[in-house]
Amino acid sequence: MSNPPVRERPLSPHTTIWRWHIQTMAASILHRATGIGLYVGALILAGWALSLALGPDAYTHYMELLGSPLGRVVMFGLTVAFFYHLINGVRHLTWDTGAALDLPSANASGWFSLIASPLAAVAVWVWAAMSGAL
Amino acid sequence: MTNFRTPLSRARGVGAAKHGVGHWIGVRLTAIAMIPLALWAVLAALALARTGYDGAVAWIASPVNATLTALFVILGFFHMHNGLQEVVVDYIERPISKLALMALNFMVCALAAGLAIISILKVALGGAL
Repeated sequence: MSNPPVRERPLSPHTTIWRWHIQTMAASILHRATGIGLYVGALILAGWALSLALGPDAYTHYMELLGSPLGRVVMFGLTVAFFYHLINGVRHLTWDTGAALDLPSANASGWFSLIASPLAAVAVWVWAAMSGAL
Repeated sequence: MTNFRTPLSRARGVGAAKHGVGHWIGVRLTAIAMIPLALWAVLAALALARTGYDGAVAWIASPVNATLTALFVILGFFHMHNGLQEVVVDYIERPISKLALMALNFMVCALAAGLAIISILKVALGGAL
């Protein structure tokens, strides 16, 4: 009995022949990437609550860790991820209603998510610095 | 032998995650609830960064702050659990790896959310003095 010839099945999406789409492809991948990044952020939030319940020493150490140079880099990255996931999440919820699904709207809203999220993060950190939170 | 099962009953539960539309609706509902909660959380984080331990205890002793923080944790971890599960079922093909990662995702979310909620309640109800 002869085996039927095995045909290589194409993979979808065809990443090797597709032009890279910033507003739709990158925006969609970034939504998942920032979601995974915020997983770390949620664990940091749970750690904060735990340190508060453990008492003044644990809390002070935890806040010093978050305020260290590395802690600030991580927190700033999480702020950008937070605003991207929030703004792009509203974009996805809008699509779920069936609205703004045409290509010009999707491209425009994609650029908005990509540009507005770092701006919002910088605005919050400037506000934090001016109000003495840093 | 006569088959009494309807086509819908045979189709139910055969997707990658073995269950249906509740997952999708859960992600959307928590997403909508998280929009105002997330904006409030930014203001809360700024307020908490300005104060030390005593200020944080006083802050969370307010029932509104304690409730909103607990809701942020519960809805956030629910959304995060379902969101990461979507990623796992999309990219992990081997059934044993997929099941293991889904179980790990559930346990990490349950443990972290449980610790956070009990911690918030302990401080909010005046135990940490």
